Amino acid sequence: MMRPPPYAGWLERSWYWFYLLFCGLVFFFLIAPILVIIPLSFNAQPYFTFTREMLAFNPEGYSLRWYEDFLSSSSWLRSIRNSFVIAIASTLIATVLGTIAALGLSRSYLPYRNAMMGMLISPMIVPLIISAAGMYFFYSSINLAQTFTGVILAHAALGTPFVIITVTATLVGFDYNLVRAAHSLGASPTRTFFKVIMPLITPGVVSGALFAFITSFDEIVVVLFLAGVEQRTIPREMWSGIREDISPTILAVATMLVVISVLLLVTLELLRRRTERLRGISG
Amino acid sequence: MASVTAPSQPDTMVTADGIPLKVSLKRAERRKKFVAFLLVAPLLLFIVVTFVLPILDMARRSIDNPHIVNIMPRTVAALENWDGQDLPPESVYEALVQDMIIAREERTSGRVATRLNYEISGMRSTINATARRAANLEPPYKEALIDVNRRWGDIEVWKVIQRESKPYTLSYYLAAIDRTYDADGRIVQVAEYQRIYVDLFLRTLWLSVLITAITLILGFPVAYLLANLPLKYSNLLMILVLLPFWTSLLVRTTSWIVLLQSQGVINDFFVLLPGITDANRMQLMHNQIGTVIAMSHILLPFMILPLYSVMKTIPPTYMRAARSLGANPLVAFWRVYVPQTVPGIGAGALLVFILSIGYYITPALVGGRSGQLIGNLIAFHIQSSLNWGLAAALGTLLLISIIVLFWLYNKIVGFDNVKLG
Repeated sequence: MMRPPPYAGWLERSWYWFYLLFCGLVFFFLIAPILVIIPLSFNAQPYFTFTREMLAFNPEGYSLRWYEDFLSSSSWLRSIRNSFVIAIASTLIATVLGTIAALGLSRSYLPYRNAMMGMLISPMIVPLIISAAGMYFFYSSINLAQTFTGVILAHAALGTPFVIITVTATLVGFDYNLVRAAHSLGASPTRTFFKVIMPLITPGVVSGALFAFITSFDEIVVVLFLAGVEQRTIPREMWSGIREDISPTILAVATMLVVISVLLLVTLELLRRRTERLRGISG
Repeated sequence: MASVTAPSQPDTMVTADGIPLKVSLKRAERRKKFVAFLLVAPLLLFIVVTFVLPILDMARRSIDNPHIVNIMPRTVAALENWDGQDLPPESVYEALVQDMIIAREERTSGRVATRLNYEISGMRSTINATARRAANLEPPYKEALIDVNRRWGDIEVWKVIQRESKPYTLSYYLAAIDRTYDADGRIVQVAEYQRIYVDLFLRTLWLSVLITAITLILGFPVAYLLANLPLKYSNLLMILVLLPFWTSLLVRTTSWIVLLQSQGVINDFFVLLPGITDANRMQLMHNQIGTVIAMSHILLPFMILPLYSVMKTIPPTYMRAARSLGANPLVAFWRVYVPQTVPGIGAGALLVFILSIGYYITPALVGGRSGQLIGNLIAFHIQSSLNWGLAAALGTLLLISIIVLFWLYNKIVGFDNVKLG
């Protein structure tokens, strides 16, 4: 339906090509800034732009020095460890609590369902600067500022809405007769959960967990306020990298983060296809 | 206990164990509701403690005013009956000296100094000097204190202390909208050179509107293309939207720094063009242009994705019907297609708008002075100026405006339409 019919006039034709050109430019605008840092991270010179050697594809213009710099810096390595520790711990909390809550929230007879749902997804709605400010004041007063516990709890709170949304979405098509059948066949509630419910909602749980993970992994505002030097994560190091000593090391880090997000995107796409396939079979 | 009389009476039906059916059903229903609630309860508790309480604490902090009433209780009590016509009597000065001696011992005088400094700049040194010398002062205290610092002979200072001697205050909110009390306690605008926040709120609003408009103009055609292409092409092109969406915010901001700085890629490219020299390098960063470009890029996927999901559900037959009924392509598009995309436009626009009015990181890194938003001032008051009350008031005002916008969002689109991935 997009392509103009053969009898279309020149106006319609040129409009069509103009439209395609416009869309092409927008796609370029979306993706080029992300791709441009990848070659620049192999720059042999400490510049943020393409050198003459790079443009001539001279191998001397390229090097791995910024990657070496990254891997030999204790503060960057600590930030990797911190990012993973904080992201994994907060994802675990968010996923366990969020999945259990989603099981309750998906029952239509739950009293005050909408009010509770609103409150539980509010961490996603409130701008981060406000959440971070509130958490900073509150966590400082209970001695949780500048601790791992504080950052992990804060990130878990920010991640739960994603788990709730994805798991409740999976539960929309869930057939509760399966649970009744399991009960009537003598399965205990725990056994029913792990053997019947869990296998069916796994895609939702996993994609919710991925959202929670990336939320924590990318999060900077709360970390900026709550984390001390010991809790600095990768985005926090990038922040000081940009503000204080600008070196192409951050481009090497950025490139690696782009690779991580590509992997994540692929995982989510595979999960989505699996859900669709399962839905296709059951209904 | 209900008795079984005749099976024709439905309200006295009983279950096998003799309990009326209604009671039994109600009990089962209550049990079911309770179990469902038990499932939600742990997370509810968790969110209340880790998220809702902090937000409420922030709102409380924006009106909280404990310092003067707690640290200077004698002065506050002595000032209670002062009419504000003349300098306060000797008893007030004596109370002040006693308060200052204790405050110095308990090392709390600094807090009063900071608090009063928000109201009258320069009060910090007045209080500090007074606290330092209070123990050595001899009566009459009135003359002694005025000798320590002339401000104690100023009726205005005493009026401010009297006004701020209540445990709650509106002065942070007044400061957040560039207002203050004048000598007679009326609310007036602050001096012209001190007006920051109203302008900043307006700028934040204007830039958010601008960014929303840019993302809509760029996003609408792309979403239309994605929704109408065959699946195998649109899935591929979708990656170009989803990859930026999933890429770290800091990475995307870094890219824009790389591109926009005066020795950056875009300027280097332009300098290669004939007729443009090094002197023509454009200032694209550390100003509003940088903020608008980078934020439009970062928020564009948030506009495209809701638009796409709405456009995907619009059957192409409507447009064909309009065309076959004689509408030209523009009319068919404007009067038949666009109205059906309104839920998507609403969702995308409100999402982008709300995200941008709370933005902090990108303006801080590429915005320079003129590209700062209200979020940057909140961070400044928390981290640098340490005026937490003002930060809390600004945050609460921002939060209220966002709640209003979300209420609108719910009215127009509804939260059930929130879609991810």
